[in-house]
Amino acid sequence: MERYIYEKAIDVQSVSKQYGKIQALEDVSFSVAEGSMFGLIGPDGAGKSTLYRILTTIVAPDGGRATVAGLDIVKDYRKIRAEIGYMPDRFSLYPDLTVNENLHFFASLFGVSVKDNYDLIAPFFDQLVKFPNRRAGALSGGMKQKLALGCALIHRPKILLLDEPTTGVDAVSRSEFWDMLAVLKDKGMTILVSTSYMDEAKRCDRIALINGGRILDMDTPERLVAGMGDNLYNASARDMYPLLLALRDMHEVQDCYTFGATLHVVAGADFNPEEISVRLNRMGFDDVEIYPAKGDIEDLFIKLAGNG
Amino acid sequence: MPVFISMIKKEALHLMRDSRTMTVVLIMPLVLLLLFGFAISTEVNNVNVVAVVHRHDDASRELIEKLRANPYFTFKGIVPFCEVEPMLRKGEVDAAVILDCDKGATAYQIIVDASNPSIGQTATGYMESVINGGMVSPVSVRTLYNPRLKSAYNFVPGIMGMIFILICAMMTSVSIVSEKETGTMNLLLVSPVRPRTIILGKIVPYFILSCVILALMLAIAYSVLGLPLSSNIVNVVWVSLLYIVLALLLGLFISTIVSTQVTALLVSGVLLMLPVIMLSGMIFPIENMPSLLQYVSCVIPARWYISAMRTLMIQQLPVSYVVTEVSVLSGMALAVLFLAVKKFNIIQ
Repeated sequence: MERYIYEKAIDVQSVSKQYGKIQALEDVSFSVAEGSMFGLIGPDGAGKSTLYRILTTIVAPDGGRATVAGLDIVKDYRKIRAEIGYMPDRFSLYPDLTVNENLHFFASLFGVSVKDNYDLIAPFFDQLVKFPNRRAGALSGGMKQKLALGCALIHRPKILLLDEPTTGVDAVSRSEFWDMLAVLKDKGMTILVSTSYMDEAKRCDRIALINGGRILDMDTPERLVAGMGDNLYNASARDMYPLLLALRDMHEVQDCYTFGATLHVVAGADFNPEEISVRLNRMGFDDVEIYPAKGDIEDLFIKLAGNG
Repeated sequence: MPVFISMIKKEALHLMRDSRTMTVVLIMPLVLLLLFGFAISTEVNNVNVVAVVHRHDDASRELIEKLRANPYFTFKGIVPFCEVEPMLRKGEVDAAVILDCDKGATAYQIIVDASNPSIGQTATGYMESVINGGMVSPVSVRTLYNPRLKSAYNFVPGIMGMIFILICAMMTSVSIVSEKETGTMNLLLVSPVRPRTIILGKIVPYFILSCVILALMLAIAYSVLGLPLSSNIVNVVWVSLLYIVLALLLGLFISTIVSTQVTALLVSGVLLMLPVIMLSGMIFPIENMPSLLQYVSCVIPARWYISAMRTLMIQQLPVSYVVTEVSVLSGMALAVLFLAVKKFNIIQ
């Protein structure tokens, strides 16, 4: 039998979902090419988890349609379940079972043996192999993450659905985790990953910015950032908070927000950095510095979320 | 069916890791049975009694001998009349019998401490029967099924009715809800495993555990507590299994309506345990309840189970005498199964 060839590993068309009076998703459409890594970027409550629940066929959408691995999420929900590996937004393994017991249990759910598929998880699982009898609940955050990923991958899914996999994990483990995802992508796996960390977005092939249940924008991270224009400036002074308030009061400033150690200023039409810093000096601010900044996904997000 | 086997294995691991719960679950039924069988009994034993004798004669000597020989009484000696009241007040004695001579015949008076009415009543009854012992009574009494009126006989069915609701319903609901809480239920539902396999994988281990407890309790009841053993035990076992299944389904149903372990505990505790203790006839006879509560007791599974167990275990009657109870329990099981499956599907 010829295998059905699909270019879109995930295809979502105008999906909506309502929980009571809350519109969790509104007319969401996007698609993920096979073998690529797609990022859903948005804050908590943006609707990411709802989208995952729909794609993993736990809940049905109110409107719209979607396919995963070429299979309809409503009609073929049983077939989809064998094709996807899902990692929920919080640690969802059995804390009182050991590393090995968890892994073998999840393998048995899919009717596969750990031995046959171990090669897929071996690159990152070797650290865990050292303590196979440690209870999952006693592992560190990064280790838990690896075990959860191992359990999600043990049946060799075609598509990996990761819902905020790096929330609550330290920076080193986060970076390691994304390295593991890159290795999996190279092996041809399609990955849909959501995150509220904007810096992680750059590691995806394509990203969708999502907020309030709607997709704000969608493209490669580079193009999204490039499309922002060059009206962004860093601003700093000795007293940051009064500076923020003062800048927000100026009519040339569209928006101003804290960004790391400095302020990001979205410049309006007649924004002149020299003139502004002179004016700020006159207002009593010391060490005023204003210089062009390179826009980031976070700036774009704030811009889009503000407009929406 | 390897998925099913590994689900059961996983559940067994959960149970074994939680050694405290496991100990409680296995020890509690035995402790309860032994407690109610021996320590807590409604029989009245060791009634302390004194006698006031105005004239020593054959009748008085005979009565005192009888009181001495009777296992229910502890005879504390002969005292002058004026000491009786202080002794009763101090609680040194529970009853006094006063023998007086009235125109040649012996007259008896019983003074009893009725601050605990059941002890007072029973002691009076015992004493009357001791005094009347020599005479031929026009009423002949035969106590059937439990000739020695042992209260253990009464409590065994009651405790079984309570334990199975506790273990089956509470533990099943808590274990399913805990999977909901940790999110593992979502992972199970996202896997290709069918929901009915998930549910069976949750229920079967607790069914096995309940069978072990049933065996333990029956062993204690028939050996230590001395319940009459007969071939009727087969009926006792299968009616108990039916009740266990019903309790498991109740637990399943509870798990579909609540979302946290604490609520599951509260719901199965308050909604199941309390009515079982108060309204099932385990402690308070149903016949003594106000008629409204009698109707309420009809919806409590333990009421029917306890009544069936009394018929089968104590009266030793054949199964045709518990048809009503068995059909009510089966009907309840089907209804709860229907509700639970319906609720479970709505969640999907």
